[in-house]
Amino acid sequence: MSDTATFLETLKARSQARGAEPTWMAARRQAGAARFDALGFPTRRDEEWKYTDVRAIAQGNFALADDADFSPAKAATLTLPLDAHRLTFVDGIFASALSDLEGLPQGVQLAPLSRALADNHEAVGGPLGRLTGVEFSPFSALNMAFVEEGAVIRIAPGTVVEKPLILQFLSRAQEQAVMAHPRVLIEAGSRSEATVIEHFCGEREARNFTNVASEVILERGAILSHYKLQEAPQGDFHIASIHVEQARDSRYTSYNLNLGGALVRNDLISDLNGQGAETHFYGLFFGQDRQHVDNHTKVNHNAPLTFSNENYKGILDDRAVGVFNGRVYVKKDSQKIEGFQSNQNLLLSDRAQINAKPELEIYADDVKCSHGTTTGQLDAEAIYALRTRGIDEATARGLLTLAFAGEVLEEVALDAIAERVELAVAGKLPERFNLAGLVETASALHD
Amino acid sequence: MATEEMEQLVRREYKEGFVTDIESDTLPPGLNEDTIAFISKKKGEPEWMLEWRLDAYRQWLKMEEPSWAHLDYPPIDYQAISYYSAPKRPEDGPQSLDEVDPKLLETYEKLGIPLHERAALAGVAVDAVFDSVSVTTTFKENLAEAGVIFCSISEAVRDYPELIKQYLGTVVPVADNYFAALNSAVFTDGSFVFVPKGVKCPMELSTYFRINAANTGQFERTLIVCESGAEVSYLEGCTAPMRDENQLHAAVVELVALDDAYIKYSTVQNWYPGDEDGKGGIYNFVTKRGDCRGDRSRISWTQVETGSAITWKYPSCVLRGKDSIGEFYSVAVTNGRQQADTGTKMIHIGEGTRSYIVAKGISAGRSDQSYRGMVKIGPRAKGARNFTQCDSLLIGDQCGAHTFPYQEIGNSTATIEHEATTSKIGDDQLFYCQSRGISEEDAVSMIVNGFCKDVFQELPMEFAVEAEALLSVTLEGAVG
Repeated sequence: MSDTATFLETLKARSQARGAEPTWMAARRQAGAARFDALGFPTRRDEEWKYTDVRAIAQGNFALADDADFSPAKAATLTLPLDAHRLTFVDGIFASALSDLEGLPQGVQLAPLSRALADNHEAVGGPLGRLTGVEFSPFSALNMAFVEEGAVIRIAPGTVVEKPLILQFLSRAQEQAVMAHPRVLIEAGSRSEATVIEHFCGEREARNFTNVASEVILERGAILSHYKLQEAPQGDFHIASIHVEQARDSRYTSYNLNLGGALVRNDLISDLNGQGAETHFYGLFFGQDRQHVDNHTKVNHNAPLTFSNENYKGILDDRAVGVFNGRVYVKKDSQKIEGFQSNQNLLLSDRAQINAKPELEIYADDVKCSHGTTTGQLDAEAIYALRTRGIDEATARGLLTLAFAGEVLEEVALDAIAERVELAVAGKLPERFNLAGLVETASALHD
Repeated sequence: MATEEMEQLVRREYKEGFVTDIESDTLPPGLNEDTIAFISKKKGEPEWMLEWRLDAYRQWLKMEEPSWAHLDYPPIDYQAISYYSAPKRPEDGPQSLDEVDPKLLETYEKLGIPLHERAALAGVAVDAVFDSVSVTTTFKENLAEAGVIFCSISEAVRDYPELIKQYLGTVVPVADNYFAALNSAVFTDGSFVFVPKGVKCPMELSTYFRINAANTGQFERTLIVCESGAEVSYLEGCTAPMRDENQLHAAVVELVALDDAYIKYSTVQNWYPGDEDGKGGIYNFVTKRGDCRGDRSRISWTQVETGSAITWKYPSCVLRGKDSIGEFYSVAVTNGRQQADTGTKMIHIGEGTRSYIVAKGISAGRSDQSYRGMVKIGPRAKGARNFTQCDSLLIGDQCGAHTFPYQEIGNSTATIEHEATTSKIGDDQLFYCQSRGISEEDAVSMIVNGFCKDVFQELPMEFAVEAEALLSVTLEGAVG
């Protein structure tokens, strides 16, 4: 059986078991299946997938989970220690017991997709698939074919949401690997302000496949901070896309922090459709062993007077492979644009690999666009400078590596998350970076 | 079937099927094995060369024309092209400068081309051009004395078969890409340079080449080999606009540098870019690659690309030898409806290899330009170093400038830096110049030349001067 057929077979079985649903949903599902069937899984011959081989996913055997059982004690150790409103999903299924929806302020809707569909399917049908349609990639088509759960976040105009809204995705270690195809819809009303965190984590031994698609709409003057903290188990496959549409004067900030997963692919796209819209992309990825982390970003300056700034940093050890592909696109007649992009990578081992491709595609002349990318190792002179101050070489390496990551982490507005990632990076660094003592002290301070 | 029998059969096929009149000077349009046999025979080539061409042709048949470049042009009908026409006889060309298009002469004037060269460039019969034959002879004697071989590729196939067998197709294999395979099958012109061990070529081959530039062909094949410690500087093309009826150009250039050798290859390309709507311009699909085979060898590409309707060109360096160096300096200017997709590839294989890329792109009018480059660091390229700078300048709001740099880095000791900017000529810069009495056009030309300075200073001196003038001519009418 071909790789595609296995997935289509699972899909067929699921469709038969599923109850009635809105006609538009059935039609989109069918379009997704047809598109996926036509395209098949991407190969390295596709320019978009030149450096990422997804055969491990294509040849995998993934079932669909049918319950959301998860030990609350275990969940508590994984959950971000933040005062927040929270939706939790276990292998793609909504876990009511692990969620916290109490005291949602007026003007804020935070609901699992299934419930939002049941309440008012027409309101969901509008945005679902409008930004990330079945055309986007074989995985978006697959998501559309399978989608049943996810999250719907709506923020009414003028509402300022104090607490972060967390979407927690837990992955379980079970004999049978499973897959999940969540869809996240975020609609930020005009002049609203909110923080959304997508958090992926799970049991250490898990080997599941998550294929998530997020669609984000910012209306005029909306401000949204969007975190993605990807701490998936090291055996998990993680394919994700975030597609943002920004109206006039809106401000979107993405923090894309990737630590886990065996094979990770993130697509982040922002359409700046109204004057004065701005977007900020901050990214950090850390890979070790044989991890493969692929980040594709795209900023589309579709309107004049728009601004974008991007800073991605990668640290790769062992035989990890990193990919960075950032594109800044300026549409014809989109004058007075500023677009900046920076990507820096640190290779810690001889076998680590990075493939970077920063692109500029510009069709207007009154623009200021630049990109810079560097790849290298720790600065020998900086190590020497620290050593002359009595710090041993291994610690010096560790500190400098953290400082490198710190240039992105210092932009992270939520300190709890910045510290968590910093500690995680320090904890993951091998012995030759000798940060164990520091990590212990820091952890003790937290407790 | 045994290989031998197979080969015989293959050989027999074109002998029997051979119908074209060998005496005729021009082939009718079309491409098949007979065409290739005809070209090979016309050039008096040995059997192995024909086999080589046919091998390339057969592989070409199985290949697909690449479509990844950021270019938009109607499909090319490869059967509508004539693949051989004998060089023009002197009596076909204009007999004196008075017969030459005055517009062309005006451009020569602007470019500051020396009087005695204008006639040669305009295609005036060689006999009518003063002195050039004797100049050529002197050059040839000097080169022979130094032991440098410099001749047409066809002569080289006949006279130095061993060298050709040893090097041809070793840098750009016959089936390297679609256009290289086509070139390998049908190439008719081009040069061969061989600089023996320890010899520094006594003159810039540019000087010689310039006089002979009038007969550059459609499918050029150039091979330059520098043995250990040898050095050569070679310039192809010319700042003067070249009249050419062939629309499709697919050249292949191969450079081989052994230990401590240094090859400097400069190109000035100013072919017909087409009319205002881009009709009739040259399609230029070029494969250029240098192989730094020896330790401490160095290959440097410098290009000034102002002509052609379509440019598809990526001069590259394979840095195999320890501590070898690859360099790429490029200025590409597009105006009107021109499209250029150009850049370089630096493949670091050896330890301590270094590469340096400076690419400056200027887009004006309704043109579209892309820098496409790759820096690849292999696992054994310890301590490899790359610096890339690519800047784009946009003139007018109808043009496009794009950057697609690929970096594949598989070594933690490598240091890679890449910078790119896109901007326009600032109103404040123009105002500053104009307030000092400099006209707008001169100011633009001055700013653009400053923008390109890093590249121009790599050109041989007399060409650098002309290149500056060329830029102004190309951008005429782009501003104001």
